[in-house]
Amino acid sequence: MPRSIGREEVRRLVAEGAQLVEVLPAEEYEDEHLPGAINIALRRIDREAPDRLDRARPVVVYCFDAA
Amino acid sequence: MSPRAAWRLESMGFGEVYDYVAGKQDWGAAGLPVEGKLASRPRAGTVAKPDVPTCGLEDRVGDVRERVRAEGWDVCVVVNEGSVVLGLLREKQLDAGDDRPAREAMRPGPSTFRHDVDIEDMAEFMAHHDLPSAPVTTSDGRLVGLLTEEDAARVAHELHAKMHASDEEHDDDDH
Repeated sequence: MPRSIGREEVRRLVAEGAQLVEVLPAEEYEDEHLPGAINIALRRIDREAPDRLDRARPVVVYCFDAA
Repeated sequence: MSPRAAWRLESMGFGEVYDYVAGKQDWGAAGLPVEGKLASRPRAGTVAKPDVPTCGLEDRVGDVRERVRAEGWDVCVVVNEGSVVLGLLREKQLDAGDDRPAREAMRPGPSTFRHDVDIEDMAEFMAHHDLPSAPVTTSDGRLVGLLTEEDAARVAHELHAKMHASDEEHDDDDH
């Protein structure tokens, strides 16, 4: 079950090598994203995640807010 | 959106998946760095003056006023030990009586603004509400600095002029 985490845990996980993924559309990612994040929009996850993400490392996903 | 992405990744066999639910908004509000086309755009937190004087709830107003004015300010932010904003002492409150503690004289619960609010929006809001200055805080209420209406208007004007010049350059390129 995916676990909800806060800002500090994001920083810790990324420092330890986690993959950071913004799941918003590309235009929003291009405007602004967290340092080091890659963009895989939700609708492209099935197609792109297997090639672009390493299953052996943790993955942190985020969008704009909790809404 | 991110919960659905997290669940989908897990169902695809990714073993360790986390969801940063508060997302980009929380990150920006905390004043943490971002990357991208708009990353360098001025925000409330980048324009706010971080050296605004602060005092504690029990500080004597007369002492605070003396220190604040010696530093060239006419406002002081009342904070707790963790820098969380509790109140504001503007000129009127600073002149309210020497022996009162800040907690009695201050304007409690002042409007605060997040670090990542666009400076043009801030300038417009401050002008519209006749707000001379406002504390900028992180999402957990910690003071980042004080944004003055003068600074917000100046930076917004510079930004507007820069964008206008850039548009004109593009128009020239089109001819």
